Amino acid sequence: MDFRSSDTITGPRTEDVLPTTATAAVKVVIVGGFGVGKTTMVGSVSEIRPLTTEETMTQAGVGVDDNAGVETKTATTVAMDFGRISLSEELILYLFGTPGQERFWFLWNGLFEGALGAVVLIDTRRLEVSFDVIGRLEERGVPFVVAVNTFPDAPHHPVEALRRALDLPDEVPMIDCDARMRASSRDVLMTLMRYLHSLAVPLA
Amino acid sequence: MSGPRRERRKADPEFLDPERLYVITGDLDDSERAALDLVTMVVAQAEPSPTFQPEQAAILRLCQAPLSVAEISAYLSLPFSVVTSLLSDLLATELIESRAPIVRATLPDRSLLEAVMHGLQKL
Repeated sequence: MDFRSSDTITGPRTEDVLPTTATAAVKVVIVGGFGVGKTTMVGSVSEIRPLTTEETMTQAGVGVDDNAGVETKTATTVAMDFGRISLSEELILYLFGTPGQERFWFLWNGLFEGALGAVVLIDTRRLEVSFDVIGRLEERGVPFVVAVNTFPDAPHHPVEALRRALDLPDEVPMIDCDARMRASSRDVLMTLMRYLHSLAVPLA
Repeated sequence: MSGPRRERRKADPEFLDPERLYVITGDLDDSERAALDLVTMVVAQAEPSPTFQPEQAAILRLCQAPLSVAEISAYLSLPFSVVTSLLSDLLATELIESRAPIVRATLPDRSLLEAVMHGLQKL
């Protein structure tokens, strides 16, 4: 039994406990390549210290994971960092930073299917790592915005040049951001919500 | 700007079938297989007692106030699939109550998005 005694489980800090009225949750997925700043962005806007949920991939990875020729069954642990924003007494927004490799997405039930939308975080020094991510979101019909994380030593390209390189339709918003800054990350989320709002059909 | 260029993809009908979305989040008749999302909110309906398994007692203790499945998984350091299995048992015996998330399948709902924007503006 490697489970810690329930007496030693550390739950949320007192100030992080949600009110009993918090009954409605929505989620947004922040997706991008390794080291692009997903966890930084989650941390800069989250009201709680970012948490990590894990999943273990065993035989479910056969035929999906790239382990051809490997005879022994291997278990891969995939971690996903997330944060939380209480939008009101009832409504909670969860932000999940997930690796770009789509082979991990199935681990979390309905991660993208249930999400309001996604933020694709890109690094102009390694633009091509985001190609597959964007393609997968297009296939799944998940609405997304593209946020360009401005690293100090990254080449600065005009937005229109990036849009051409990423082959993004004109309507998909692109925004520069500094994932370390709360206001900047908040603006990225606002851009996503305005975009979703523009796609939404008014209630009859 | 030179360098690699991406080619746009078309939406794959396999991912767009609304019936499929319903099947994932629905199926509420069968509590044994209640679909639990990362952001399903869980609230305990009972106090933990020494007769419970330690994992179940820990969940009941954590969920005296609402908590998402993802947070439960993080605080218990247990994989998501293990936590959903534990929660399914607790749901079946009505020791916890769950509230499914608002998912995009139930959209489009501008008032929800406006509520989100209003909340973000206060940050």
